[in-house]
Amino acid sequence: MCLGVPGKVIEVRDSVAVVDFWGVRKEVRLDIVDENVVPGDYILNHVGFAIRRIPPESIAETLALYEMLLAQEGDDLMSLDVRSEIEASS
Amino acid sequence: MSELQFRDPKLARSMAATLDRLVRETGRKIAVMHVCGSHEQAIAKYGLRSLFPKSLEVIMGPGCPVCVTDVPEVDESVLIAAQGARIATFGDMLKVPGSVKSLADAQASGAKIDIVYSPQQAVEIARSTKEEVVLFATGFETTAVATAAVILDNPPPNFSVLSVHKYIPPVMEIIAEMPESRIEGFLAAGHAATITGSAVFEPFVERHKIPVVIAGFEPNDIMAGLVELVELIRAKTPHVVNMFPRCVTLEGNLAAQKQLWRVFRPMGGRWRGIAHVPNGNLRLRDEFAHLDARKRFPIDLTSLWDYAPPALAGQCICGDIMAGIRNPNDCRLFNRECVPENPVGACMVSNEGTCKIWHLYGGVPDLEASA
Ligand code: SF4
Repeated sequence: MCLGVPGKVIEVRDSVAVVDFWGVRKEVRLDIVDENVVPGDYILNHVGFAIRRIPPESIAETLALYEMLLAQEGDDLMSLDVRSEIEASS
Repeated sequence: MSELQFRDPKLARSMAATLDRLVRETGRKIAVMHVCGSHEQAIAKYGLRSLFPKSLEVIMGPGCPVCVTDVPEVDESVLIAAQGARIATFGDMLKVPGSVKSLADAQASGAKIDIVYSPQQAVEIARSTKEEVVLFATGFETTAVATAAVILDNPPPNFSVLSVHKYIPPVMEIIAEMPESRIEGFLAAGHAATITGSAVFEPFVERHKIPVVIAGFEPNDIMAGLVELVELIRAKTPHVVNMFPRCVTLEGNLAAQKQLWRVFRPMGGRWRGIAHVPNGNLRLRDEFAHLDARKRFPIDLTSLWDYAPPALAGQCICGDIMAGIRNPNDCRLFNRECVPENPVGACMVSNEGTCKIWHLYGGVPDLEASA
């Protein structure tokens, strides 16, 4: 899916970050992202890789969109995609 | 239900009115294409088509990577699995039909298939076993950079990659050049352009005089993107316009592009049901031949020719749907023989496939509803 999922960086070890996605913590690789990522930053995750560091001024807006999607029940495709990306263990 | 979820329904209405005025001013029917499963999901989910003017057709093109994975590419994975290697791939790939078998069929007859969520997981599986592990790598450039990253990170010797990654810009050229194509503008997907940058579309716009607008995924992002796109069409000013600057820059993610092109080279190849797309496939460069499953395993596609293809497959019109020539309702099998539980074609398999999206959201929302 091309949506990707935003999460908050908790810890950075070399090229791997521990990222919190609505309470689910996962390791995300930082090889692709073109900016320095530090704890407290938000990144956009796609298949276990950060593809972008979300600019601080866009964080609230980005999170709000995903919260709206996550609030959907049942087999809504967008929220399913987001949820499965969050739940997939890495 | 849908309208309640708009963050700003008033803005949506006003953009719909602007869109209507702009299309009217052109005095003709206009067709535009987006190339992203998430855009189609949002359009279907929020019933956006009921807000579009009747003379504006918004078509989903080849924006579903699973759907454009060609039949012989699935065959390659099935033949490698038959040699005892473990195939690691994204869940959506399992049911995608090959000429005789899907990976799910192969699994039923004993092949070892691991569903992974990330290319990184495939490497971890390889590290945990002595068996050969082959990442059946699907997806567009955004996913291909992840595959490139694991290839550059010293994977273990029993790991290899069957790359069927696809690169979007060349397929837009093919669609623009199809004689039956009515597409006058493209809505490009935000996150793919995160990697490539908006500038990647400049040569396309230059050559075809067709505008490209990069848009986000919220209903109002899509509405705003369409307003901009139709305005560019109306004013006959084909440009690239980036309406998703919070994610997309002009030059994109240069570090990721460097990795992508270090590992992959563009090669011509078929996109399922659509056409041969020059430079549309991403294959491993010779430098990485030792990680290329095509070099490591003998693959004899002719060995499948003795078997008859599944009976209904010939009636699937996925390719025409992705080229924007027809829609799922034109398929005799849609919602009859072909449903997500028992898909005939790839567009019914993936959450990003047009047929599956239309099936789940009830097809085209009633166009009369907003009149
Ligand atoms: S409904 Fe099924 S058979 Fe028809 S075009 Fe879609 S995927 Fe192919």
